[in-house]
Amino acid sequence: MQDPCQLVRKSFGDPVAEDLRFVVKSVVGEENFVDMTPNKSNNFCCGGGGGYLQSGYPEARRQYGKTKLEQILATKADYCITPCHNCHAQIHDLSDHFEAGYHTVHLWTLICLSLGILGPNEREYLGDDLKEVDVFHPESSNF
Amino acid sequence: MAEEAIKLGGKKKSFFIDKVKELIPDGGNLNLCLTCGACSSGCPATGLEDMDPRKFLRMAALGLDDEITSTPWVWMCSMCQRCIYVCPMKIDIPQLVFYARQSWPREKRPKGIVGSCDMALRNDTCSAMGASEEDFKFVVEDVLEEYQEAQPEFKDMQAPINKEGAEFFLNQNSREPVTEPDEMVPLWKILHLVGADWTYSTKGWAAENYCMFMADEENWKHIVEVKKKAVEDLGCKVWLNTE
Repeated sequence: MQDPCQLVRKSFGDPVAEDLRFVVKSVVGEENFVDMTPNKSNNFCCGGGGGYLQSGYPEARRQYGKTKLEQILATKADYCITPCHNCHAQIHDLSDHFEAGYHTVHLWTLICLSLGILGPNEREYLGDDLKEVDVFHPESSNF
Repeated sequence: MAEEAIKLGGKKKSFFIDKVKELIPDGGNLNLCLTCGACSSGCPATGLEDMDPRKFLRMAALGLDDEITSTPWVWMCSMCQRCIYVCPMKIDIPQLVFYARQSWPREKRPKGIVGSCDMALRNDTCSAMGASEEDFKFVVEDVLEEYQEAQPEFKDMQAPINKEGAEFFLNQNSREPVTEPDEMVPLWKILHLVGADWTYSTKGWAAENYCMFMADEENWKHIVEVKKKAVEDLGCKVWLNTE
């Protein structure tokens, strides 16, 4: 999971990072959660903040993001959870651009998946391994 | 690292760093640098444009104003504040970066950021993608209705707009209503299941604020004030900004 700089380091500090971990572990199972290092208030920015995504320097942005990319790859995790829009856009782009193979999901997606209430059209960012898992009202698919 | 020697100017002029010190709390500790390099060693922007946080601060301290107010590196630092977190003297380098951004003529600042700021100023939604009050209301109501029907367990789910006295005022990033509206639904479901008393607002609903990123103080403040007024007008207790 990416600790959003804005939420954690710049706003509420380690206690909110602990809360996030409580939720994530409750949702995915403790044994499926792998932390990056460093993390919480000492995390690395992914490179999606500060207006970077709109700044017109995509090469610099991706070079910057390599620090985060390597951190994510070191966990060997299949999914990176991003509880922030800018983090989501950047970390998703890093996986795409560098063909890293991991998926990037919003926290709300996994919460609803774990509750069994995630419909067929709410799965844009799930990989093939979870796309068909426990679909809520599969008949309501647009596709 | 062998690099070209840095030549200092002659007599002291009005230095950028002194102006910044006057603007930020405790002067941002900008003159307390021990040159340890903890900032640069853990900064993902180190090396871009041959710059790093320590070098940027040292150049400012040496009065190399032309260099630090012209390097595009200031747009490659995300102002994430990790450098402050690891700094033994808690030096506020990101704020120095912010004012260096501000020193750029508006027309030379990144077009994408300027455009998003300008778009957000066009109406009171503050949407950097230009979505209007009517557009937002239509999309939310349309998507809600669709899900109430398609998933009957959620037939009573609400996505209130302009609900006076709601406990939570929820901002929404423009990306969902404009490009992927289905992504709003999981959040609504969670709020519904926990019984949260929340509302969107037609005014000030957009979470983003690109005027802040372009270091446009006047317009950044304007956008925050429009949103604050929307929260107050509805009498909400908690303002949740998901950005």
